Amino acid sequence: MSKELAPLSDPGLPEHIHRKADVDVKAAKKAERQVGILFLFSVLGTLLFVYAYLGIDEDAFIFVPVLGSTNAHQLFLGLGLAMALFFIGMAAVHWAKTLMPDHEVIDYRKEQRSKDEDREDFVSTVKDRANEAGLGRRPFIKRTMLLSLGLVGISPVLLLGDLGPLPGNDQKETNWKSGTRLVTDPGDRPIRPSDLEVGGVAQVQPELPAGKVRHLDDIAKDSVLLIRIRPEEFNLDAERLSWTYEGIIAFSKICSHMGCAVALYEQTTKHLLCPCHQSTFDVTRAAKVIFGPSARPLPQLAITVDSQGYLVAKQPFSEPVGPSFWGRNK
Amino acid sequence: MSARERVAGQVANYVDERTGSAKWLKKTLTKVFPDHWSFMLGEIVLYSFIILLLSGTFLTFWYDPSMREVEYEGSYQPLSGLKMSAAYASSLHISFDVRGGLLMRQIHHWAALIFMAAMVAHLMRVFFTGAFRKPREFNWIIGVGLLTLGIVEGFLGYSLPDDLLSGTGIRIAEAIIQAIPVVGSYLSFFIFGGAFPGEMFIQRIYVVHILLLPGIFLALITVHLMLVWYQKHTQYPGPGRTEKNVVGYPLMPTYMAKAGGFFFIVFGVTAFLGAVASINPIWIYGPYNPGQIGAGSQPDWYMGWLDGLVRMAPPLEAYIFGYTLSLNILIPGLIIPGIIFTGMALYPFIESWITGDKREHHLLDRPRNAPNRTALGAMSITFMLVTLINGGNDLLATHFDLSINQIMWFSRIGVIVLPPLAFVITKRICLSLQRADRELVLHGKETGRLVMLPHGEFIEVHEPLTPEKAYLLTQHEQLPALEANLSNEYGVRNPKAIRSKIRSRLSRSQAEQIAKPTANDVKELEGGHH
Repeated sequence: MSKELAPLSDPGLPEHIHRKADVDVKAAKKAERQVGILFLFSVLGTLLFVYAYLGIDEDAFIFVPVLGSTNAHQLFLGLGLAMALFFIGMAAVHWAKTLMPDHEVIDYRKEQRSKDEDREDFVSTVKDRANEAGLGRRPFIKRTMLLSLGLVGISPVLLLGDLGPLPGNDQKETNWKSGTRLVTDPGDRPIRPSDLEVGGVAQVQPELPAGKVRHLDDIAKDSVLLIRIRPEEFNLDAERLSWTYEGIIAFSKICSHMGCAVALYEQTTKHLLCPCHQSTFDVTRAAKVIFGPSARPLPQLAITVDSQGYLVAKQPFSEPVGPSFWGRNK
Repeated sequence: MSARERVAGQVANYVDERTGSAKWLKKTLTKVFPDHWSFMLGEIVLYSFIILLLSGTFLTFWYDPSMREVEYEGSYQPLSGLKMSAAYASSLHISFDVRGGLLMRQIHHWAALIFMAAMVAHLMRVFFTGAFRKPREFNWIIGVGLLTLGIVEGFLGYSLPDDLLSGTGIRIAEAIIQAIPVVGSYLSFFIFGGAFPGEMFIQRIYVVHILLLPGIFLALITVHLMLVWYQKHTQYPGPGRTEKNVVGYPLMPTYMAKAGGFFFIVFGVTAFLGAVASINPIWIYGPYNPGQIGAGSQPDWYMGWLDGLVRMAPPLEAYIFGYTLSLNILIPGLIIPGIIFTGMALYPFIESWITGDKREHHLLDRPRNAPNRTALGAMSITFMLVTLINGGNDLLATHFDLSINQIMWFSRIGVIVLPPLAFVITKRICLSLQRADRELVLHGKETGRLVMLPHGEFIEVHEPLTPEKAYLLTQHEQLPALEANLSNEYGVRNPKAIRSKIRSRLSRSQAEQIAKPTANDVKELEGGHH
């Protein structure tokens, strides 16, 4: 580097400045007292903890500004523990900062790289040992070893086979069959069209055959939302219109984006909104996506009434419900 | 010799005769650590990990990782008699019927949030100061691995109570798995033991959450710390600090007391938060039911950016030979995060390729002296912030009376426009700060004292910097840009000419600096003043 471009010179480590406690015995005594008092605060915290554990009723509630009504037992257990821990820390740090040596010490680094002769020694050792093992001279052993090691991995992978069944048609089928009654959720009561007023919404499930229990797996696919609007407000083609009944339209409640329950219905705009990612569906246009990340409308369930006047499914869903998957349209 | 010294000597003798560790221990106990507040960020990560192990162990004594349906009979009246999973019921039991149980649950959750936050802050410190440069690339990669696993571990952890909110999160994770081309459905059925939600999931993630991942964490953290120990800590530049030394305090006693004390402080603060700040009140959400949902469903903060990306994705789905490709899930849920984390892991190598600098570095950079790196960091943070904002778009909309559509469109445009803008602005700020440093070294500090000269002119008195300060502002290197190597001396085209050109272009941008004052500049000016 030429002289004109030389950087400013390094003035070296600044001189050490003594702290008050290093030179003044009184200051040192004071610092010692402070450290001790901090440790005693911790003891107080532990006492508070023990008192809260034994002495404060588990169901006692007190009012604390900002927090509101709070369980006193949990609160004082926590505050006691926090104090007990925090002040040990404060005491140790204060001790270190006021009384322990604060002389900066210099230690020297060495380059991470090994010395050249050590590296050469290492390489030649590895080569020698590999030669002694004779892998290069015995190709049959080498190949069979690689083959066996490669294949042995099959066993543990196969053992994982029972982690779950294959999907089969499971993702595409629901409990909705032609003629399945709609029952309220919760309650499991069949419903008539007159049970739902214009502007109303209801969550329904398919009526299960006697003796069959409804599992979460069923709810995850079967949940349906019934919405009733005035029939003239629909903007549907003839087929989809025939899937409604007297202004009642039924959609899968499981979001076509990522499977959350599409639960927010805005009566005035007739929009359905999924609270997870804000996909918004227009009820009057067969749940067409009008905003958000979902790429598909909610599947519509065709409904009608049976001979006793109860709402039933006309046919199963015409497409899989819930989020997309690779073989969805196959 | 006092009795205490004799006992200590006997213990030391006993141990050394069996392990031969005297020399090593002596070296260890006098090891030097540089001191700086930003070095405590990594410590917070370590300490909150220990808090997580302690509080987590406590929780396992009562938690029942089972999706078996039970009727709730505990002391929380509003849910009395309700059907729920044993996992949720036992989480309620811990919250209401185990003394200190709620406190421990809240400490565990707060510690997890702090763990992730400290990890991100530590990552930023390491990035902006260039601490990842050779020889510390391994530790950088381990760090990126810990961050990634931390996100997974946190997600699995808050999924364990099996409440309505966490079940919804799992439903979303399942949709991402299902969206993977070809194997998605199979993966999902294997992971869940059948159709979602099935009856296996909680017990499976439980073993991953309390055994598998913590084991990997423990191993990675150990290696991470051993490397810090072995390579010796980096230090900030300053007088007397060079690439060849470490200046700081010895482990025993000063650093032991400070670091040990700091553990208790972190634990104390976490316990305080657990005591007064309610977190994840699962009893409000109710048990999981795939047909129900709570409004304002939000993941924990470190998942917010991911959720925000998913929310802002345009509604795209492609169909290939009749197969469905969910681009609206794959791109924000897997592809972009994959690019971000891979890019982050590779960054040390990319930077050293651009600068051509293959030397060891132990002195940290002041961020302003690496404008491109600092600008890139600001760009990434901006990207994350926009996505995070969109992850909370529903809450922002209700709290500030905005429309969700406006926030969504702001994010969709902002996520593309704002990060490059942040890059340009940050780079300009860095260069301005370099210019200010140059001014300071050459002309000293403004004192605000005005002096009238005999002929009536007013001047402001400038005070020269101390040699220490002047050195700090000028100690950094300014590497020249790499030239493109298009052809050799005989005029034969370099087969890698395009790569070389790209690299030279990047290198020129990297080398854009305000020339720092040299000793000669200072001397000349001093000559002029006198």
